[in-house]
Amino acid sequence: MAEHFKLTIDGQTVVAEEGMTILDAALASNIYIPHLCNHPDLTPVGACRMCGVEVDGGRMVMSCMTPAKANIDVVTDSPDIEKSRKVTMKLMIMDHNMDCLACEAAEKCDLLRVASYLGIQPDQLENMRPLGRDLPLDTSNPFFQFDANKCILCGICVRTCEEIVGLSALGYINRGFKTVVGTFGNKGFVDSVCESCGECVVRCPVGALVPKKPGIATREVRTICAYCGVGCGMYVGVKGDQIVSVRGDRESPVNLGSLCVKGRYGFNYINHPDRLTSPLIKKDGEFVKASWDEALALIASKFKESKGNKFAALTSAKCTNEDNYLVQKFTRLVMETNTIDHCARL
Amino acid sequence: MAGLVTTFGSGAMTNSIEEIDNAGTIMVIGANVTVAHPVISHRIRRAAQNGATLIVINPKEIDLVRAADHFIQPASGSDTVLLMGMARYIVDNDLHDKEFIAEYTEDFEDFRKSLELFTPEFVEKIAGVPWDQIARVAHIYATGKPSSIYYAMGIAQHSHGTDNVMAIANLAMLTGSVGKLSTGVNPLRGQNNVQGACDLGGLPNVYPGSQMVNDVVIQEKFEKAWGGELSGELGLTHTEIFDEILSGTIKSLYLVGENPVLTEANSKHARKALEEIDFLVSQDIFLSESGKYADVILPAATFAEKDGTFTNTERRVQRVRQVIPPRGDSKPDWWITSQIAQAMGKNGFEYQDSSEIMDEINSVTPIYAGITYQRIEKTGLQWPCLDENDPGTKFLHKDGFARGKGRFVPLEFTASTETTDEKFPLILTTDRSLYHFHSGTMTRRVGGLEKLDGEEFVKINPIDAKEFGIEDGNWVEVSSQRGTVKVRAKLTDICRPGMCSMTFHFFESPTNEITNPTLDPVAKTPETKVTAVNIIKCK
Ligand code: SF4
Ligand code: SF4
Repeated sequence: MAEHFKLTIDGQTVVAEEGMTILDAALASNIYIPHLCNHPDLTPVGACRMCGVEVDGGRMVMSCMTPAKANIDVVTDSPDIEKSRKVTMKLMIMDHNMDCLACEAAEKCDLLRVASYLGIQPDQLENMRPLGRDLPLDTSNPFFQFDANKCILCGICVRTCEEIVGLSALGYINRGFKTVVGTFGNKGFVDSVCESCGECVVRCPVGALVPKKPGIATREVRTICAYCGVGCGMYVGVKGDQIVSVRGDRESPVNLGSLCVKGRYGFNYINHPDRLTSPLIKKDGEFVKASWDEALALIASKFKESKGNKFAALTSAKCTNEDNYLVQKFTRLVMETNTIDHCARL
Repeated sequence: MAGLVTTFGSGAMTNSIEEIDNAGTIMVIGANVTVAHPVISHRIRRAAQNGATLIVINPKEIDLVRAADHFIQPASGSDTVLLMGMARYIVDNDLHDKEFIAEYTEDFEDFRKSLELFTPEFVEKIAGVPWDQIARVAHIYATGKPSSIYYAMGIAQHSHGTDNVMAIANLAMLTGSVGKLSTGVNPLRGQNNVQGACDLGGLPNVYPGSQMVNDVVIQEKFEKAWGGELSGELGLTHTEIFDEILSGTIKSLYLVGENPVLTEANSKHARKALEEIDFLVSQDIFLSESGKYADVILPAATFAEKDGTFTNTERRVQRVRQVIPPRGDSKPDWWITSQIAQAMGKNGFEYQDSSEIMDEINSVTPIYAGITYQRIEKTGLQWPCLDENDPGTKFLHKDGFARGKGRFVPLEFTASTETTDEKFPLILTTDRSLYHFHSGTMTRRVGGLEKLDGEEFVKINPIDAKEFGIEDGNWVEVSSQRGTVKVRAKLTDICRPGMCSMTFHFFESPTNEITNPTLDPVAKTPETKVTAVNIIKCK
């Protein structure tokens, strides 16, 4: 068990755990300190300069980079702090496409959240934006797109790809004022080593990296990905009777919230018009729709004539344990043979 | 997975996925994890960044190589030789774990004698890799503990796949690298529920829980539980089934969610069998290439339309939940099978829901006995889980091996059944794509995935391409003894010269029409990783 200790934040006594930063300690106690580049899964870098606080009346430190210590006295807001945050914010907004109404991030946007914390109104934002940038959209990936004009250079995507995916497909390109995030050689996502997993997309705090078809689910069901043997835990989002989104289950010890491209984006086949929706019986070389009763009666009569060594079953490594259990029970008990196998060898 | 059963007594992954985080050395052999097990590959790359030494052994320069500390690119089909070479280095340099060998294993002396053949010169010649590379990784594996090995179909899909697996097991026992945290031998299972299909008796020789069908005590137990007589005779395997259809013995085939016309090695044989069989039932979510030959098609529900459990590659039984109602008149597979049984007038199939089936599984399958829906509501449990109080098993063989003592198996050198000659001068190996799954019935119907990877290419080294007069993007014919497929060529040095590679996701270019169906005599796995082929440019 990590050790616990007390400290004071804005006059309030809070309990923190060994290893927490001041920002972690504040957020854990529901005290908001504005921040943009911090993410609980990633190493803090102190890049956005928003989370500055004063400790024991001394000079300002970045709370995401400063370990919480016992008995310190933290102040999260003061005229000096506010001034510094507003200057930083203005610089950020100058570089940001503030077409908020048309933006996917909408109410999820951390930039808007911090702006409103600082008392900057949306109509003021436009005035603060003398320099428009006009960088091309990267729409090369079929599942998500990247708009560098909305990027705030928090580096969350860069660190996600490096620290979570272990790939480092993304990095900073150019220097100083011209810095942008991009793939190696600034080619489109599909022409880079990117594996389309979407981990960076789910963590983007603004509207720079967004899914092309954002699905707004009305309910979510926890289940397991059906593609590969890793067995990642996932939440499947539904609207009406359609699947509209998938996200990783952070509580799963298997994937800790991560998914790959197939698990996250590969669910559309479920609604594909090619789905079989009724039993079919072949008559004169053509498949003809049949009722379950007809199909079952035909199968029962044919299977009755082929018990023992006249029968074989191939069961499926895609089906559930319960499905497989029943196919083998059926084969052994009803068809009186052990000739059942599946595709495990392939 | 027969090789691991022989040596350790259990064929499953010994360790848990989370144990990757703390490994000292990770050796990935014959597994293209970034495409076949992507989220595990994230974890392996992360471990490598955090200090683990990552060794990749593969005839292809797979993507994981970018994250590796050491990469060995042996000739296809030389794995046993390479692994025995590593073992020889370890023994010659006195790096083996004598205490572990004495306490937990048997037949070490026989094994040691079998190493004599594997001299550095011999290993270099067969594997085509300099000895000092092999010695270096052997040294790291033996000393950089905790060490674990991950492997997949690149090891198994050979006519001597069982030897390859046993060579891995020998190496692990030699260094005491099994039965501990982050230490073990881990076959990665490809499809989502291969592990579960095996565990629940989807095999011709075992009931659920690896209980042998030819053991009378077990047979009686199941006769009592199910209320009927059972056969004590072993059933036929996959490939034998197609033989027996063609010989006229098997009259009816019940095909549940499988598409052998694309996935079976030498698939023409499977196609012919399906054409000829008297009565074929295909139960699937789409009309597959195999389903076209069916007499009756039954529409099945997808994983999102039913309840149940999957068992992942680390033996974890996890809850699958219904998200949406089944499309049209499709039904969960368990429901369909139970209806067929009832239509045949059999009792014992009156299940109301999938949880009633799990209750029955608990009662007849010792390794699943304690895995109830209630207990896995939040997090899955890993078998063996013997009763309701058993927390499950994070890693296997903790206090000695499942079979008692771990058994060293002396090995010889067996060449692949197909070698190159004038007519077929290249070796074709099969692989997978990150963006597709198995025969592609699902992923090829997802627009974005199809956009990312919508066409098969035969990947070939530029040196060979030049010799065969092939340029990037040319249409070529790839032929083996069994037939020809037409496909475009992609020039890439990820393949060693002399070797080319194709996936089997694309029905337009059915790779398995030409692959080598020679079976491993024990595991019955076909040698799809080594097929001798010729490539010519289409006119
Ligand atoms: S989608 Fe995944 S692989 Fe691609 S850049 Fe983002 S995190 Fe990296
Ligand atoms: S999300 Fe990807 S890695 Fe995870 S189970 Fe699905 S296919 Fe496998």
